[in-house]
Amino acid sequence: MSEDDERQQSPPSDLEFVSNKARNCNATGSGSGHPEFQSTYPDQVLENVLENVLHFLTSRRDRNAASLVCKSWYRVEALTRSELFIGNCYAVSPGRATARFTRVKALHLKGKPRFADFNLMPPDWGAHFNPWALAMAKAYPWLEKVHLKRMSVTDDDLATLAELFLGFKELVLVCCDGFGTSGLAIFVSKCRQLKVLDLIESEVSDDETDWISCFPEGESNLESLIFDCVECHINFEALDRLVARSPSLKKLKLNRYVSIGQLYRLMVRAPQLTHLGTGSFSPSDIAGQGDQEPDYVAAFAACRSLVCLSGFREIIPDYLPAIYPVCANLTSLNFSYANITAEQLKPIISKCHKLQTFWVLDSICDEGLQAVAATCKDLRELRVFPVDPREDNDGPVSEVGLQAISEGCRKLQSILYFCQRMTNAAVIAMSKNCPDLVVFRLCIMGRHRPDPVTSEPMDDGFGAIVMNCKKLTRLAVSGLLTDKAFDYIGRHGKLVRTLSVAFAGDSDMALKYVLEGCPQLQKLEIRDSPFGDAALRSGLHHYYNMRFLWMSSCRLTRHGCQEIARAMPRLVVEVIRSADEEEMDDVVGTLYMYRSLEGPRTDAPKFVTIL
Amino acid sequence: MSSENGKRLLETDAGGLNFEATELTLGLPGEPRVTSDGGAKLGSKRGFSETVDLKLGDNNREVKLGHSLQEAAKSPVSKTQVVGWPPVRGFAKRGKKSCKYVKVAVDGAPYLRKVDLEIYNSYQQLLTSLEDMFSCFTIRNYLNEKKIDQVNGIEYMPTYEDKDGDWMLVGDVPWQMFVESCKRLRLMKSSEAVGLGLTTGPKYSSTN
Repeated sequence: MSEDDERQQSPPSDLEFVSNKARNCNATGSGSGHPEFQSTYPDQVLENVLENVLHFLTSRRDRNAASLVCKSWYRVEALTRSELFIGNCYAVSPGRATARFTRVKALHLKGKPRFADFNLMPPDWGAHFNPWALAMAKAYPWLEKVHLKRMSVTDDDLATLAELFLGFKELVLVCCDGFGTSGLAIFVSKCRQLKVLDLIESEVSDDETDWISCFPEGESNLESLIFDCVECHINFEALDRLVARSPSLKKLKLNRYVSIGQLYRLMVRAPQLTHLGTGSFSPSDIAGQGDQEPDYVAAFAACRSLVCLSGFREIIPDYLPAIYPVCANLTSLNFSYANITAEQLKPIISKCHKLQTFWVLDSICDEGLQAVAATCKDLRELRVFPVDPREDNDGPVSEVGLQAISEGCRKLQSILYFCQRMTNAAVIAMSKNCPDLVVFRLCIMGRHRPDPVTSEPMDDGFGAIVMNCKKLTRLAVSGLLTDKAFDYIGRHGKLVRTLSVAFAGDSDMALKYVLEGCPQLQKLEIRDSPFGDAALRSGLHHYYNMRFLWMSSCRLTRHGCQEIARAMPRLVVEVIRSADEEEMDDVVGTLYMYRSLEGPRTDAPKFVTIL
Repeated sequence: MSSENGKRLLETDAGGLNFEATELTLGLPGEPRVTSDGGAKLGSKRGFSETVDLKLGDNNREVKLGHSLQEAAKSPVSKTQVVGWPPVRGFAKRGKKSCKYVKVAVDGAPYLRKVDLEIYNSYQQLLTSLEDMFSCFTIRNYLNEKKIDQVNGIEYMPTYEDKDGDWMLVGDVPWQMFVESCKRLRLMKSSEAVGLGLTTGPKYSSTN
């Protein structure tokens, strides 16, 4: 259960809770049957002290380390861990988790591997929340928070959360599916203490249920309501009333069915918002709007605390100037749904001096990126998405944009950049100009594309990144890459934990370099690269230290994977078939393997074979 | 390797249909689809045999039109599309200028879905996507007209409600006209469709 690479946990519980626990521990302590005289039993004292101290330990990596010191520390750590993070829901069973950690208030679970987002995994593969929901209901009736990523959640599960956990406060679903508006309706109607409902990039089926109306009447505790991914009409009047009775509401992200006129009304109700997702940012289709448009500028000006702005789902750029009043305070701006030009961006971005996170479409072109580089000196995270994600076009952004960003935004820590062309020179420049880079994800959309200027592979560019960016933990490579690139990664990428590879490498050596060279490697996802069984074998020494390995459309055979499965009993080796593959094919379409304490899972669908 | 996979999928899926005609080629709305013989088929009226080949419950998983549109290669004829590349999440329809979302109801299904008609170029693309969307049902009834015998009987007729409120059979009008006038879709059990007078008329080829 020692999963790492995530951020710190929430702050520990207050001291009142701590002393409560100390007393409980006392009564049920290791010296059973003895009265609670702290001074008489030094072991008990030590354990109490430890418990009090451990309450302040929030990082799960630190907690994992503490739990390994000795049995006493293990026990106390287990008692005091209130936020449980499980990076792979199949690595451990709900029963085992609840047996070890008995006082959990918050659960963070992750299910499917990331490549499932790109249709590389058939639906109904698994990652069902249901068994966890049921186990939590028995073990942690006081559970307050659930955070799920890439899990299948049903309407029944949502009902369970609302009905069986009386103090439930926070639900965050990222990239989840399996539920609909009826589930949401039940959930919000019964969850009276709800503070946070964040639905992020999840697929929500439209059961034609008006879930917004199902929030209970009376003052609500809502602090965050995020539903921009919900592709259904909502009852706006009900939403308006809900916002009006939610004085603590700080984060509100609307879906594209909320027009700009409706947005105005909500903003007027809630000027205290810190995070706003604007919905469509265009007027509704209703004819007869009237001549009088609301004063959008004033509405934005009234939101003095606004630091994070997103939405713009169906933007009409004429309305963009409305956001001028908040630009100077923005630390996060998400234009990744806004198909705007450089000219439309410039007046906005030139005011965003404090911007740290910027997501945008490549419609702004290199010119737009130059404007970003000129103003956003504090930029930490940049994501540039393609408007037209196809391979053979002349893209609007290129090495020019990347170079500009590297020169202007020296504090850059994280970048995701989709483009059609890129040069080694620009990547090398970024490696030198932005030494703080932790995440470097470059997606040259044309497969096997070399440096257009030198016609060389992209090896040297990525090599420079791993050599110069000493803090790098996440890397995604693309373009024409030979084994040399992977040699660089193996030699210099000593802190790399997540690596994504697609259409790259020449031979097994490439994968060998990585598996033998990167001691911190946790998550490795590879597609369409010429790596076979021999390469797979070279990682045997490391697989127990990894969360998972994904390899699809490579050169693995069934007997090669079988060998791994035999050599490593605590590894679950799944071979996933696509529709046209026969069960006994020796060629493996997709390999997904992960360490687990439980052995083969019992809920695997027919197209999954566990070796 | 992945391009091989893509092709293999399409072969088994299309059955006896003209493979090239049903090959998924994706482009911007309104762009002509280029078939392997070089001819373009722009919203041509399709006969019943080509439009209605619904196999609910079929495990036709990897071909997900709705998502892979954004991720597929443009199709000059020689390029096959690659599933899931570039790796942009399909849920997000970023920067799209127009969407035409219509609700899709299937008789007997517990919930509705929505499709954006703008992302398809033809009836076949739409129907293939619908098959995908509703194949999670346990309704294992399908009609594969290429087989001689009808299997399990229940045939679904794709119908739609147009601007005038009339229920029409999908496939009657040219594709673009359909996109503009369609308000919602309903996959009707054919027994009911018969009752509404939506039968397979003489202009369609017989299915069994």
